[in-house]
Amino acid sequence: MSTTTTSPTPTQTRARAARRRQGMLMIVLLAIALVAPLFAYPVFLMKVLCFALFACAFNLLLGFAGLLSFGHAAFLATGGYVTGFLLSSYPGLTPELGIVVGTLAAVILGTLFGALAIRRQGIYFAMVTLALAQMMFFFYIQAPFTGGEDGLHGVPRGKLLGLIDLSDNLAMYYVVLAIFVIGFAIIQRTVHSPFGQVLKAIRENEPRAVSLGYNVDAYKLVAFVISAGLAGLAGATKTVVFQLASLTDAHWHMSGEVILMTLVGGVGTLFGPLVGAGLVVSLQTQLAQSPLGNWVSVILGSIFVLCVLSFRSGIVGEIQNMVRKNFK
Amino acid sequence: MTMIFGVPLAVFMGQLMLGLINGAFYALLSLGLAVIFGLLKIVNFAHGAQYMLGAFAALLGAQYLGINYWLALLLVPLVVGAFGALLERLVLRRIAHLDHLYGLLLTFGLALIFEGSLINLFGVSGASYPIPEALSGGIKLPFMFLPTYRGWVLVAALVVCLGTWFIIERTRLGAYLRAGTENPALMQAFGVNVPLLVTLTYGFGVALAAFAGVLAAPLYPVSPTMGSSLLIVVFAVVVIGGMGSILGAILTGLAMGLIEGLTKVYYPEAANTVIFLVMIMVLMLRPAGLFGKEA
Repeated sequence: MSTTTTSPTPTQTRARAARRRQGMLMIVLLAIALVAPLFAYPVFLMKVLCFALFACAFNLLLGFAGLLSFGHAAFLATGGYVTGFLLSSYPGLTPELGIVVGTLAAVILGTLFGALAIRRQGIYFAMVTLALAQMMFFFYIQAPFTGGEDGLHGVPRGKLLGLIDLSDNLAMYYVVLAIFVIGFAIIQRTVHSPFGQVLKAIRENEPRAVSLGYNVDAYKLVAFVISAGLAGLAGATKTVVFQLASLTDAHWHMSGEVILMTLVGGVGTLFGPLVGAGLVVSLQTQLAQSPLGNWVSVILGSIFVLCVLSFRSGIVGEIQNMVRKNFK
Repeated sequence: MTMIFGVPLAVFMGQLMLGLINGAFYALLSLGLAVIFGLLKIVNFAHGAQYMLGAFAALLGAQYLGINYWLALLLVPLVVGAFGALLERLVLRRIAHLDHLYGLLLTFGLALIFEGSLINLFGVSGASYPIPEALSGGIKLPFMFLPTYRGWVLVAALVVCLGTWFIIERTRLGAYLRAGTENPALMQAFGVNVPLLVTLTYGFGVALAAFAGVLAAPLYPVSPTMGSSLLIVVFAVVVIGGMGSILGAILTGLAMGLIEGLTKVYYPEAANTVIFLVMIMVLMLRPAGLFGKEA
């Protein structure tokens, strides 16, 4: 076949095909998600979706900007606590307003923490975020509105827009699915935008991005804030679903779990965090009912070690590599 | 009674002493982190768990083998350090060529495994380890009562810290270590067995953590979670001081302990968070850390 100058280059064709494949995969996944509550327990599915959103938000930072945050639990917990406090204290408030305010609180916290953390790189960035999140943990233990060690219980689900009663699990499920889709779309848009390309450039070679004239700190900060906000959205939604906000969400174990979900699924892939969250949440649910229930953290730790030693691209990453090798 | 800003002198000095002792542990642990980071370039997230293993080894050694405190102080760092060296040889070495963030993740996984296993075997609540007889009781100073064991912890921690500083800055082995930190490939070309040096360094860092664990066993309840919360504070201390300087790590550790002790006297609600607040201030004013030379 002869190529003329006007026809697309092979790389472009391939990229377009990959895009089309990805789009089709998304439609299939959405269709599955729409009918899923017919086959599985909606509360479990909602838990997976909340954690998937959390992991996708985390992945935006690690996978596409190369920033390892060890403190994302702080944003999950902030979204959860603020929403939980508002909905319990002001019964007239509709859940979507509570979720929006909770998300905004996480955005504000993300701006503050982000501005501090991006002053250091690499390993120090991870330590700074971990320390800041631990500070929030101590704050939430002592703060008057969080219920301390007990947490907030019985947060009302309320009526969406004052109309749809969310105490019905199926209605709640579709709301959570909608929130997830919105969050996922924001991430997808961010990654594929020129902004996302610059983020990748920073990840690959920060000094070069600086020398090309990009304000690297501003890019990192915006990425951090988007990620924190979406993590807060996940936390706020989770609080409405489970009618509960507790210290578990603020603990550093939670920051570790979201790293694990992303790592298992595939860092820097769009669907990886989704797969990882599904796997880790199912594993935890299964283990909790089995005699191995007490060994959860040992098992998670072992998966961590195995992943880092021999499975660094994660499940989705490995599949992508296979596809690339066999059907190019 | 003498008062200092509205607080009785004895209370003030007592809290200051407690702060200084916490500071000694921060110094020992951040020193170990700095030594490991220098050569291996990984942040050892398992450091807290290894400190906890040190305390548990002392406790179990006393219960089952009748090993007394002094023997434990000598043996436990050797055993746990050897275990660390084994870990480096079998696990950490395999990811040495990768991005250093993987080292953090791997050691995080190891920390979860150690902590989780011990929780299953011994429960969360923890046990107490008796203060050795020779160090029980206390000394009456003109301004406060000093429990002998606390005084001993301070002295022992300082001696080990300064000893480490001496080895690294003033001996031939230390010179190898510093050279390896600068340029391991060139060191290897000169015929120094760098992989062995790396193994020994990691083992030594872990031994320091285990030593701190044995020192801590009679002071704090020995429980599987004793290391993890401490470690996060030590991370903040490391961010404040920077990992570039050995003396810097020791000084920052002690200073942070003192600041924490002072906060406990005047504003106890913030005692848990004050070190993190200092970290925030340092990040704003001197982002590279007090002793850091990172660009």
